[in-house]
Formats: sequence, structure tokens, C-alpha cells
Amino acid sequence: MKKTTTVLKGKLWIALLLVLSLMISACSPTKEAEVKSATGNEPYKIGAVLDISGNSSSLGVPERDTLLMMVEKLNASGGIKGHPIDLTIMDNKSDETEGVLAVKTLIEKGTLAILGASSSGTSMAMIKTVQSEKVPMISMAAASSIVEPTSERQWVYKTAQSDIVMISKIISYLKKNNLNKIAFLYMNNSYGDNGKKAITAAVKDSGINIVAEEKFDANDKDMTPQLTKVKTSGAQVAIVWAIPPSASILTKNFKDVGLAIPLIHSHGVGNQKFIELAQGAADGVILPIGKLSVARQIPDNDPQKKVLESYIADYSKKYNAEPNSFGGYAWDAFNLLVNALEKAGPDRVAIRDELEKTQGFVGISGVFNMTSQDHNGLKEDSAVLVQVEQGKWKLIE
Amino acid sequence: MGEQLLQLLFTGLTLGSIYSIIALTLVTTFNVTGILNLAQGEFVVIGALLAVSLQGTGMPMIAVFIVSVILVAILGGLLERLTINRARGASSLSMLIITIGLSISLRGLALLIWGTDTYSLPAFSKGGSLLMGGAALNPQSIWIFALVAVTLAGLYGFFEHTFWGKVVKASVYNQTGARLQGINLNTISFLAFVAAGGLGAAAGVSIGPITMVTYDMGFMLGVKGFVAAAIGGLSNVGGAVIGGILLGILESFSSGLISSGLKDAISMIILLGVLLFRPQGIIGAIRERKI
Amino acid sequence: MNLKSHKGLILLLLLLIIPLMVESNYLYGTLVIIGLYAIIVQGLGILMGYAGQVSFGHAAFFGLGGYTAAILTTRFHWPTLLALLASAILPGIIAGLIGRQTLKLRELYLALATLSFGILVHIFFNEGGELTGGPSGMSGIPNLSIGSFEFDSDQKFYILVWFILLMLLIGIYNLVHSRTGRALCSIRESEYAAENAGIDCARLKLQAFIFSALLAGLAGGLYAFYVTFISPSPFSFHTSVQFVLMAVIGGLGTFWGPVIGAAVVVALNELLREIVPLLIPGAGGEYQIIIYGVILVGLMIFQPKGLSSIGQFFRLPLKKEPTTEVKNRG
Repeated sequence: MKKTTTVLKGKLWIALLLVLSLMISACSPTKEAEVKSATGNEPYKIGAVLDISGNSSSLGVPERDTLLMMVEKLNASGGIKGHPIDLTIMDNKSDETEGVLAVKTLIEKGTLAILGASSSGTSMAMIKTVQSEKVPMISMAAASSIVEPTSERQWVYKTAQSDIVMISKIISYLKKNNLNKIAFLYMNNSYGDNGKKAITAAVKDSGINIVAEEKFDANDKDMTPQLTKVKTSGAQVAIVWAIPPSASILTKNFKDVGLAIPLIHSHGVGNQKFIELAQGAADGVILPIGKLSVARQIPDNDPQKKVLESYIADYSKKYNAEPNSFGGYAWDAFNLLVNALEKAGPDRVAIRDELEKTQGFVGISGVFNMTSQDHNGLKEDSAVLVQVEQGKWKLIE
Repeated sequence: MGEQLLQLLFTGLTLGSIYSIIALTLVTTFNVTGILNLAQGEFVVIGALLAVSLQGTGMPMIAVFIVSVILVAILGGLLERLTINRARGASSLSMLIITIGLSISLRGLALLIWGTDTYSLPAFSKGGSLLMGGAALNPQSIWIFALVAVTLAGLYGFFEHTFWGKVVKASVYNQTGARLQGINLNTISFLAFVAAGGLGAAAGVSIGPITMVTYDMGFMLGVKGFVAAAIGGLSNVGGAVIGGILLGILESFSSGLISSGLKDAISMIILLGVLLFRPQGIIGAIRERKI
Repeated sequence: MNLKSHKGLILLLLLLIIPLMVESNYLYGTLVIIGLYAIIVQGLGILMGYAGQVSFGHAAFFGLGGYTAAILTTRFHWPTLLALLASAILPGIIAGLIGRQTLKLRELYLALATLSFGILVHIFFNEGGELTGGPSGMSGIPNLSIGSFEFDSDQKFYILVWFILLMLLIGIYNLVHSRTGRALCSIRESEYAAENAGIDCARLKLQAFIFSALLAGLAGGLYAFYVTFISPSPFSFHTSVQFVLMAVIGGLGTFWGPVIGAAVVVALNELLREIVPLLIPGAGGEYQIIIYGVILVGLMIFQPKGLSSIGQFFRLPLKKEPTTEVKNRG
């Protein structure tokens, strides 16, 4: 039957093509043994899974740029004890499922560790894989559930400060200024949700009451409905947990409806974009943030000052723009890993152990002190309070 | 309380103006070509992004507006020739998927050229919000309504009083008859997409000052515009505009009076209600005419 | 006829053995995802390709299945197998409840209604608070286990998912060749004619709808047990559109369409993600997105019947143009 043979060929082609393309994508599956026996000047392979496009691209892009810059710089100066770094960056398009597949590819290529992902959801989705494959992972996202419960996160670390750290800075400010009726507005996503959980827990038994709680979508174009409720609630201060552009739109609306109470934002707005997009309405806004945005204003004897200034100088030179805290998270993740690699060599288990032993590591987001119970390593002293004054960040503390 | 309600109304009108203008372009294309153009949102975004770049060169806003409109109109026409025209005769589902594919590609293009940044556009008139009765109204929304009104008037004038308008109407009502009269349906489809592109850009430049511009906002705008059009009844442009305003006010009031998390849910429930019990839309029954 | 499709199934079985020899977790993982999507699209295919109804909200059923499995195992400590069954049944029940009214709508309006249903369910996942974990989702979902056998590796999951899919394919083959299958086809061709021939269209459409929801829910439950973490983001309108795309790319109303569609979309994604950074270092998803969109458009223009009609391996007895067999039968 001639028809069957030509027909069979057509189907066969498609099927073979598909399996073949998948196998090409998988490249050569490297087993554990090959990884361990790296000698001489063999490159150290590391992988990064970042949210470069999609919803969290404003986080992933500066992270990618920072990583590329750091690898270039490190390799130009000879790498780690002569071993150059071979970095593969993959874009998960802010999609959890794609992130899972991306991390599996990277692990199979024999990467020693994974940097990523940029946001909490995409990071959480990769955890099962790195735990079962026993590959160290350093996330740049904020959710505390990324590194907790510690009994199920031996291989997972993160560099972004926990919301709890930022919230406690805000609470201190509130107490100092006798503000105990607050309105809390937050983005209706993982970031905002975690902020809400943190502040609800923090104000328990503190004498501070949340008299108004409002949400809004990342895509919302106008938050005046929520703000009108705040106006009638009797709140003495408004705290907002969001990132631009919605954070900027809200700030503009805030001014429009004539709310005269202080406006406190989260570290999510710690970049110049927020101020620009708010078109003048951002003046007076207070927020807790890592020291990067006010690096020039912190005292010279601060252990982070040198590291911050050198990062700003390098980044500005290469990309003609100031770096922001997201890039900072990537800087920290990369250098924590390099630090561990120097001591442990190309061995995943040893790298994991060294990461856990990291003490007094001076990074962009703070000074890291890791323990087996704390895979984030940052405390309240890693953040400062700043205020926007005439379109610029000013340290207040 | 009264002040709060007034503020919610104003916000609703601002949102509504945005939804109306998008719904208007969707319905026009749909009625003229029978294709639901899911890439309409991307036309809006690309128009806005072009405006951002042009404005950065120091061009006056009027010129920026006109140039953006022309460029995206050309883009619309080009895409129609390359894709829709080639696929003539395909099922409506295939056409829909072609527009989905176009919207995906355009989004990728926008990402490539303009990156993931959020940009702002200057409002058409200086000065902040207008305070009326204790509530603030964004003056840009007045501009948007003006644009909507001008477009509606233009469409009415075109279809009622010009030769070509009548030609298009004829082809919509009876394709075969129109063909027999020697009317070239391909040209009409082409012109419809040119118009969709141009109107989309006009919408983008107008709403940009309120919404800020990001490469991926096209999708949500398209969906909201679509919902607005359905509420108003997909069959006529006036309905689309009213549907947009209703949707905006609905969202604003749900947000302010009930809960902001559920505001989209409320719009969806209303939409489902309309579809199940009154599919011609709220306005559709009153006026059966399509254009 | 029987020989042809059996050949196809045997071919598939042979292909499925290859990954077991390669032993790549990445390959297993990708095939698990393809398999899950293929299960969903099979159901959607029955609905769209045979019954002729379009649904732009199927990610909702996928998500409902996933969340059911997650909630039952983490909040109520149900045994995982039971939770998996529930993850298929619950979406089916919901489909049954809303189906009767919604399926009375036609084409575009049905698309809109399913779209809004999908968005409503997505909002529910986001606003579910303590029950669903809200936007942050839920982690710590236990591994699927039958008795003392635990599905804790990519390989085991791969075998499980494709076993289910194979069973499904055999089942659908039988369905399509039964009276019910022919009745479904006739609804797609002309509902009036079918109604006049004595077919209870409303009931059949509803059954197709419920069946597709069941399959999507099952896939959702399996997904939850595979990733052991769930959040609202994989269940958005974007995903619903992806499923429709897979069904159309593979070819509506064809037997192999769903599997091919799912495989092509996922493999294309993976391939692009692999190749693009090699050509342009540091490049992200922009090029992938553009190329994906262009390929989609090209496919619709040049091969609107879908990829599976390239081989024309398996012709459904009642397609638009009569095949030689039908003609000959008289």
C-alpha cells in the first residue's frame, strides 16, 4: 500500500524531528563524575535562570546585566584560581513551568550551582528539582518561604532581604513618630501578599492598628477608589507595598486626592524609575531600602561603602545607568557563590557547605551571616530609611 | 460620602474613556471585516511607545501624535497584506489565531525595541487634576473623550455621507451583492486594518499619560476593550463606547465600595450575565444597525 | 483502518522507549509537561474538533484540578491517590453545573463566556486567602504514591503520565469510532441536521464539555504532584490560549493532533530557549516570542488544518470532504 508508506514517512519525520530537537536541547547529559574531576584550567560552569521577559522582567533584566558584567570582570582577572567562569543564562519568561525545565537543562549540563530565579513564584517552582538533584541554588527573590522550612531547604539560599527586615524598620519609624493608625495598600500578587503577612504579624501586640487595608492589581491604572477609602478611615499614615509602575500611579493619585498624611513605600520602589514615573508626586515619600541608593551618603566607616561604590562605578561605566537593588541581589548571589567556589572547588556538596558557613560577607544588600537555620543571612542593619527629596534619595536615620 | 461617590464616578469616567476608545476600534474592525482583531491592544501600545521615542527627540506633541498615527496605520496595512489577505477563506477560528500570533509577535518586537522599562508620556494639557466638588478629575480623560467623540462623528460622517462609506456599509450587509457590484472586498479589509492601526496609535498616545507605557500592557487593554465591547453589544460602535464607560464605572465603584480584589470578578460576572441573558448587549437591542 | 492507527500507537510506544535509554531528567521533565498538556488538549480536542465548541477558559479546569489535589493533601491530609481522583472529578462537576447554560451560546459568545469563566476562577485562586494560599501559592505538596510506591523521580512520573496518555488515546480511538463519536462529528458539521436526525445535541455537548474538564483536572492534579508547588500564575488566560493554539496547530478533529500540537509548542519553546542565547549572548525571550508568533501566523496561513494533516495518517471518517472510503461505500 503505497499510501501507507508515504504517509508513514510523514508522521515518522515529525515524530523523529521532535524527539531529536528535544535531545539536542538536552545536549550531552553530564553525570556527577565529570563535574567532580575538573582539573587544570577547566571552566567552572554555573547557570542562571532569570525572569528576563514577562511580568517580572524589571527584576530579571538588571540581574542579567549585573551577572554578565561580573563574569566578564572576573574572567578578565583570571577567574577563580585560574579557572574561568562559564555562565549560562536562561530566560524563564516569568513562567514557573518554563523555569522548572530550564533548571533541569542546566543541571544536566553539569552546572555547579544555579542562580535564580528573580521572583518568588518562579523560585519556589524550582526548589523540588534542586533539592532532589542536590544542586545549590541562590535565589534573588524575597519570599521567606523560599528558604523556610530549613529542614526542606538544605540546598536553597536567597540574597534579597526578607520583608520582615524592612517592616521592622518601618515599625521603628512609626513608633518614634507616634503613628499608630495605619492604612496598608498592597499589590495583589506574591510580593504584596508577603508584605501584608509581614506587617500583620509585626503589628500584633504593638499598639499599632491597621484601620484600612486595600489591594490593587499590578495593571491597574487608577487607585483613587482605594485611596478614597483611606481618606475616610482616619489613618495617620499610609504604607504601600508595590513596585512601579503601579506604585508610581498610586503616588500620583495620592497627591491628587489631597491626602495629607505621610506616605511610606517598600523597598520595591528603590529605583529611579519610581520617582520619574510619579512625575513629581514622589517627594516626601519614605522607604526602607538597602544602602545602594544612598551609597554616597553613608558614613565612610560603614563596611559596605567600598563595595557599593565600586559596583556603582562599574555598572554606570558599562551600562550608562545607575544600578538598582535587583542588580544588587544578583551581585550578592554571584559573589557569594564565587566565595564558596574559591574554598570548595567544583563540588556541589562542598559549595553548599561553604555557602552555609559564610560569615561577615560584605555584599550590596547587606552583610551576610549564614547559618544552617538561616539561609538568607541578613538582618535589620542591612536596611536604612531614606526619603525622596527633590527627586533624589536622601538618607534619614 | 457624597464626595467619595463623586470621586469614584470621576475615576470611573477616566477608566471608561480608556476602555471606550479601545472597544471602539475593536468593534469597527469586527463589523467591517468580520475579524476580531486581538492584536488591537498591541497597535495601541506600539503607538504609545513610538510616541515616547519621538517625543524624546524634542518633537512637539502634535507632530508626535500625527507621526505615530501614520506609522502604525502603515503597520496595520502591512500586516493585513502579509497575513490576513494571504489567509483569506480560512475559518474564523484560524483568523482569530492569526491575530493572536500577530499580537504575540508585536509584543516581542516591542520588547526588543523598547525593553522592559515603563515610560511616561506628557499629558496634552498642562496642570494637574481638576478639582470639582471635592473630587479630582484627570483632565487627560477629557481629551480622550474628545477623541472618542471626534472618532464617532468621523465614522458617522464617513458611513452616512460619503460614497466610500456607503460602499463599505454595502459590503458589510451583503458581501456577495457587493462583490457583484464590483466592490473589491480585499481593499476594504486592507483599509479597515489601516484604520485600526491609526486609531490604535491615537488611543495609545492619548491614554499613555494616564496609564504609563509598558511593552506588555497591550494584552490587558485588549481584553478589557473586548469585554467592554461585549457588554455594549458587539454589533455597533455607539454600544462599544457606552460599554467602555459602563465597565470603567463598574470597576471603579466595585473597587471603592466592595473590594478591589474582586472588581475584575464583578465585571466578569456582569459579562457572563449579559452573555447568558442578553447576548445582543445592553445597547444592541435598541439599535440593530451595525455601523 | 484498524491497522493504521495501531501502527501509530506502536510507533509511539517505540519512541517512548528512547528517553528511557537516554536517562536524562531534562528530557523526562519536558516529556512530562508535553504529556500533561497533551491530556488536556485531547479533551479540548474532543470539545473543539468533534463537538465544535470553543473554550478559552480551559486553564481554569487545569488549575481547579491542581488546587484540589494541593488543598486536599496539604490542608486535609487526604491520601494522594484519592486526591488525584478528586482533582479530575471536581472540575467535571463544575463543568456539569455551568455547562448546560453556557453551551447554548454560539461561537464568539461561547468563547467570551469561557474566557470570563477562566478569569473568574483565576481570581478565585488569587483571592482564596487561607484556602488557596493566595498569590503566593502553596508549597509542600507530598509526592504521589500508590500504596508504598512513591512517584518521586522524573523517570517514574514520565512513565506514569505517558501510560495514562496511551490509555486515553486508546479510549478516544474507541470513542471516535462508536456511535457517540459519529454523533459528535455530526454536531460539528451541522447542529440542525444532527438534531433532526434524533441526536440529543445539548446532552452530547455537555458530556463532551464535562469530559474535557475531567481530563484537564486530572492533568492539573498530576502537575501539582510533579512540581509539589502551586500558584495561580500557570492558570491564566495566557495558558488557556496556549491550549487552543496546541489544538489548532496539531489539527482539530484529528486523532494525533493534540499530542503533536502539545509536543510542537513545548519543543519549539525549549529549542528557542536553547538556541537564541547561543546566537545572541544574553538575549532573553524577545526573539523567542517574535519567532513563536511568526511561526504561528505562518502555520495558520499555509497549513490551517494543522500539522497532523501533513501526514494524513488518520482520516476521521466524517470530515468536510468525503474520503474515498466513504465515497466507495456509497
